[in-house]
Amino acid sequence: MTAATGADGLAVTASPRAHRRVGWTALVLAALALVPFVLPGYFTSLATLMLIYALLAMSVDLLAGYAGRTSLCHGAIFGTATYVVMYMTTTAGGNPWLAALLGLVAAILVGAAFAALAVRTTGVYFLLLTLALGMVVWGICQRWTSVSGGENGLRGVSRPALLADPSVFYWFVLAVGVVATLAMWRLVCSPFGLALKGIRESESRMRSVGYHTTWHLFLGFVFSAAMAGLAGVLYAWFNSFVSPSTVALAQSVKGLLMVIVGGVGTLFGGIVGSVLIIVLENVASSFTERWSMVLGALFVLTMIFAPEGIVGKLRSHVARRASP
Amino acid sequence: MDRRTFVKSSSAMAGLAAFGAFTPVRAQGTGPIRIGLLTPLTGVVASGGKEIAEGFNLYWEQVGKKIGNRPVEIFVEDDGSNPDIALQKARKLTEQTKVDFLVGDLLANTGLAVAEYAKGNGIPYFIPVIAADDLTQRKRIPNVIRVAGYSASQMPRPLADYAYKKMGLRKVVTISQDYTFGHEQCGGFAQVFTDLGGTIVAQHWHPLNTQDFSPYIAQIQSAAPDGVFAMETGADATRFIQQWTNFGLKGKMKLLGAMNATDQSVIRTLGAEAEGIISAAHFAEGSDAPATKKFVADYEAAYKKLPSIYGFSHYSAAMWLAVAINGIGGHIEDRPRFLDAVRKTVLANSPLGKQVRLDDYGNPIYDIYIRDVVKRPQGGYWNKPIETYPNVSQFWTYKVDEYLKQPPYSRTFQGIKKS
Repeated sequence: MTAATGADGLAVTASPRAHRRVGWTALVLAALALVPFVLPGYFTSLATLMLIYALLAMSVDLLAGYAGRTSLCHGAIFGTATYVVMYMTTTAGGNPWLAALLGLVAAILVGAAFAALAVRTTGVYFLLLTLALGMVVWGICQRWTSVSGGENGLRGVSRPALLADPSVFYWFVLAVGVVATLAMWRLVCSPFGLALKGIRESESRMRSVGYHTTWHLFLGFVFSAAMAGLAGVLYAWFNSFVSPSTVALAQSVKGLLMVIVGGVGTLFGGIVGSVLIIVLENVASSFTERWSMVLGALFVLTMIFAPEGIVGKLRSHVARRASP
Repeated sequence: MDRRTFVKSSSAMAGLAAFGAFTPVRAQGTGPIRIGLLTPLTGVVASGGKEIAEGFNLYWEQVGKKIGNRPVEIFVEDDGSNPDIALQKARKLTEQTKVDFLVGDLLANTGLAVAEYAKGNGIPYFIPVIAADDLTQRKRIPNVIRVAGYSASQMPRPLADYAYKKMGLRKVVTISQDYTFGHEQCGGFAQVFTDLGGTIVAQHWHPLNTQDFSPYIAQIQSAAPDGVFAMETGADATRFIQQWTNFGLKGKMKLLGAMNATDQSVIRTLGAEAEGIISAAHFAEGSDAPATKKFVADYEAAYKKLPSIYGFSHYSAAMWLAVAINGIGGHIEDRPRFLDAVRKTVLANSPLGKQVRLDDYGNPIYDIYIRDVVKRPQGGYWNKPIETYPNVSQFWTYKVDEYLKQPPYSRTFQGIKKS
């Protein structure tokens, strides 16, 4: 989003524009909060799922859009948090809130391990390396049957009793999602976020100016892993079930596709992409057996007509209208 | 924002909020009966999944798609051979499509996931194909009933008995897909076989969707057992049998199969490679029982192919449910009464030609055939019974209480007797 800049180059919020943005945001949040009343039952759970996947998509966008590193391991990090939560609440019979914390910590540790291995690479190599690392996680979850349950997975109620009601859980996920989105937004607008953008543009130039690019990428990766882990924890509470398909490559690809459809580098594109894809997955299957073809057609059309994604296209429209 | 935009958007929101105030009123007891059928139409067991839908629909078409005076509506959803998707679709069918009960699923892990959901939700869930032992043993769920189904370890036990006593095998290697269904089938086989005095030389477990079996077949060759018990389903079964033949082991080493490995859905994809494989099941499409022959003829007329276990199980399940629902006059909204009727139903006209009833734990008792894959005079191959073991329950000859004390079969517990 373009922000006005003062003479010293730092962002300055213009008063009327800020008020407009706050107004719209409040309206959107109010609309989201009303969902359990307007669309009860199944649609509320669908909306909850959309929020969870939006978090995953945004975490992918942090790296892909802002740091220029497209990864295929965020699904595995997401699923790792889910597994830890499910294991702690079912097999180990622990407190769900403690399990959530451990899930988050596990996601951060896995993210840090992946980051340490992957940040020195770029482009296709980064993609392949993260793909391989994700597959390692999948392989462990598939074979370590005594802990992960193998193909059968782990199942059982993992949600805290406080959040048992689907509407209450939806509001909780909404609140967490808003806080997390705010955190990510603050990150990308901060000097750290700008440094990541600089690394995307030209890593060598950033290094010559004096930035420690590896360290920036490492921290960015770990932060995005934390966000993916947060989504994974919420998913465990939502689904009460985890299996190797939760950490599979398809999960990472799904997150990435949501980002691409929504708009790489726009952060909010992740939300739009998540809503669109989940709606299509669930609604299209009511009308046709070939719902995957509908999804595929969507991706092809997006690439042809809106390669910068839906939010990206909207932004360029608004910018074109604003400029004289 | 300016006042006009604010007024417009907030009135739109208020309008939207009022929308939720209207909830559709459903007629009780007179509207159509809505059935949710979950089946893998894509993924590794798509071939079986398609037949689940076919078998189920064949019965309803034969009775004119109604029970009494209530029409029957069937909503088919693809579970993608994947438990996450199965759960999503189960939620959709229950909460959005608002079906009266769920039926189906093929892979045990998808069934277990949906069963857990049904447990929390209370919606009746019928599992003609999901064979996870514990669903009718240690972890019984009151609203999950194995209508016209079987438990995984129920079927291979007579096979182990036959292999030891009639085929004279003493050393067997098992190879299986690495998930509950495989563990339980191999466990059922291994426990009976070793109790009789045989030895399980080695056990191989491989992930679902294994493309290349040569490492496993090579190890089997070097172990040189008397026979091999192969627990494979779907595309894995096709690949294994083909590679077994390519390695030259067909005819040289006895191959015993789980009934899914020699199921019609697999045999159709093969040629002579399937011939001579011995398996055990309650259903054999080559059986001479008149009811079976009629069912096979009807199925072939409708779908131009021989029925598989999946088609048969769901046809029988549909029949079972219809009998139960007719018995309570169509009042399926009274769930406890409905479930009770299903449990007490004795199916008289099933394609097996014999009466089928559920045991006290909700699993049917069958006469199990030992079947051989032979060439059919009209072309193609099918399973013909060569021996029958009458009245086999999920507990074999074991005393129920003692059997339930032992842990469920898994990769680490296969019931192998320590000699």
